[in-house]
Amino acid sequence: MAELTYREAVRSAMREEMRRDSRVILMGESITGYGGSYAVTKGLVEEFGPKRVMETPIAEAGIVGFAIGAAMGGLRPVAELMTVNFALLALDQIVNSAAKFHYMFGGQWSVPLVVRTVSGFGQLGPTHSQTFEGWFASVPGLKVVMPATPADAKGLLLSAIRDPDPVIFIEHSLLYSTKGEVPEEVDREVPIGRAAVVREGTDVTLAGYSRMLLQALHAAEVLEREDGVSCEVVDLRTLRPLDYPTVVGSVGRTHRLVLCGEDWRTGGFGGSLLSEIQDRSFDDLDAPIARVAMRDVPLPYSRRLEQQLIPGSQQIVDAVRRMS
Amino acid sequence: MATTPRKSRPRAATRSAGALPHGLTAQQGRDMYRKMVQIRHFEDHAAEAYAQAKVGGFLHLYIGEEAVAVGAIAAAREDDHILGHYRDHGYALARGCDVKACMAELFGRETGICHGRGGSMHLADASRHFWGGHAIVGSHIPIGAGMAYAMQYREEPLVVLDFFGDGATGNGIFHEGLNMAALWNLPVVFICENNLYGMGATLAEESPVSDMMIKAEGYTMPAVQCDGMDVLSVYGAVQQAAEHCRSGKGPFFVEAMTYRFRGHSMADPELYRDKEEVRRWRELDPIPRFGDFLVQHRITSPQELAEVNEEVEAEMLEAVRFADSSPWPEPDTVDRWIYAKPIDPEASEETPSMAGDPAGAAT
Repeated sequence: MAELTYREAVRSAMREEMRRDSRVILMGESITGYGGSYAVTKGLVEEFGPKRVMETPIAEAGIVGFAIGAAMGGLRPVAELMTVNFALLALDQIVNSAAKFHYMFGGQWSVPLVVRTVSGFGQLGPTHSQTFEGWFASVPGLKVVMPATPADAKGLLLSAIRDPDPVIFIEHSLLYSTKGEVPEEVDREVPIGRAAVVREGTDVTLAGYSRMLLQALHAAEVLEREDGVSCEVVDLRTLRPLDYPTVVGSVGRTHRLVLCGEDWRTGGFGGSLLSEIQDRSFDDLDAPIARVAMRDVPLPYSRRLEQQLIPGSQQIVDAVRRMS
Repeated sequence: MATTPRKSRPRAATRSAGALPHGLTAQQGRDMYRKMVQIRHFEDHAAEAYAQAKVGGFLHLYIGEEAVAVGAIAAAREDDHILGHYRDHGYALARGCDVKACMAELFGRETGICHGRGGSMHLADASRHFWGGHAIVGSHIPIGAGMAYAMQYREEPLVVLDFFGDGATGNGIFHEGLNMAALWNLPVVFICENNLYGMGATLAEESPVSDMMIKAEGYTMPAVQCDGMDVLSVYGAVQQAAEHCRSGKGPFFVEAMTYRFRGHSMADPELYRDKEEVRRWRELDPIPRFGDFLVQHRITSPQELAEVNEEVEAEMLEAVRFADSSPWPEPDTVDRWIYAKPIDPEASEETPSMAGDPAGAAT
């Protein structure tokens, strides 16, 4: 094991795959000399050269379309979109091209593409602070992963690059500097489509992913210490396809569930998740499923305003206390 | 507005009997004629099947534009890659895709070239390097550039032909794709079928310039305009373009001036153009025009051309019979091909707890 930051773990997965497989290329805006907006690709152009680490124009739809074509031509592109907000410009290519080709052309070819992008906030203003994983997760043909830990970031990215289908890999800007133990051996893939129980408990299940997973773990500590409530914490890790059996299994033990997300309450990912779990676990539930989500407000710049909107461990604690 | 048909210069008079320009053999000339007739008859039967409600959804006919697909694809290698837009029957047939499978795709049958999943706008045949009709206007322009990058990356001497219409040049994705292709010197021939209309918008309504090749200039891309109603003119332009790309000189832009004789789709009442304009363009019909040329040069005879028409008509009747009698896709196959590697979390047990695993990387 080595202690790596989340940022280093993502970089290490790309480096490992690029050393192993000459078909893997990276492309994105300011990912060479600048090292990427969040410095994730720093140092890679020096090792692999500009043919494999491609500096692109600021053209998100073009980048993803180009990467789709490169994938069809036999390469394994990893396209970086600076933030998930900018990924909206590429939504057509992701939804109408990458997610459709294998299906609508009758299985003749697939699109082995990874789109790496970043969710997050921090006084970035309304256009740079949004959370859209639910949009991608609603599209058949895409696989959507959102790791919370450095180990999962590395292992899931390895799986994503090796996967023959388009994978939307959403990192979180507030996780890049978090640290964790990461296996040093090569080939340590974390499978797409498997959630993980990362803390065992008996009274309530907290299910989250990405930054909200860490908030859920913190809430679990607070609830144990202050309320004597035992929380089980499930890291969903993959949003599509979602590992319902692991969530349903946990609810079968705790009989209570709080879904922890940071996207908007209306239309957010937690909504469809809630509906499905209610269908599957209704007889196991002792309380309505609770949901922590962002209020339906654009995230403002002012710290004073932004702070009251961003969901965190306190909202999770409050949700559990309201259940009793 | 450029609604007057452009006539290419007569080239016939100066050539000796039996010779075709651009190094084409007589057999190649006859093949190109047959391909154009195939497309024309295919489209006529598709329209008839649509009227009978055997073909559903949208149907966009390539009638009038046959010389573009046939001339361009004949000028490429068989393993060069092709991408096109939603008016895509011509590319499929020009590339030699199975006629029956193409017709069955329109009929939505399991025997269709995409097993009935794509329909008219999404024909494709990867085994023939035809990577699809693409129905979001312009979306395949950067995709073609990306495929060209893969060829360049692996140092394969292959070229991508990327077809789109004049309407696509108003979309940002067109400019993103051309910008990247030029920036990275990629072997892609951008072929703009300028048929004077973006659906119902005239050139004057959709573009500040009526010659689309001007738009390539800003990307330092060499460009040429050809007569899209003359299969030899298209062939010559694309031959030049493909050679340019294959020799490592980067992308090339070909603008083919053409015209669709039918509406945008079957639902088009054609209120935006007058019948006189259509009539004038129909006089330039690329099929009789090339047929006359072949006869004048004693490459073929009127009798042989008539035989080609009869053979093709029989082929299309057989394709319609095949499509109409083919099985529908089985309902329980509707989930097939969503993923190349389906992952079904339901098929596995609950993931065991990894609480206490500091790396959280239990597999």
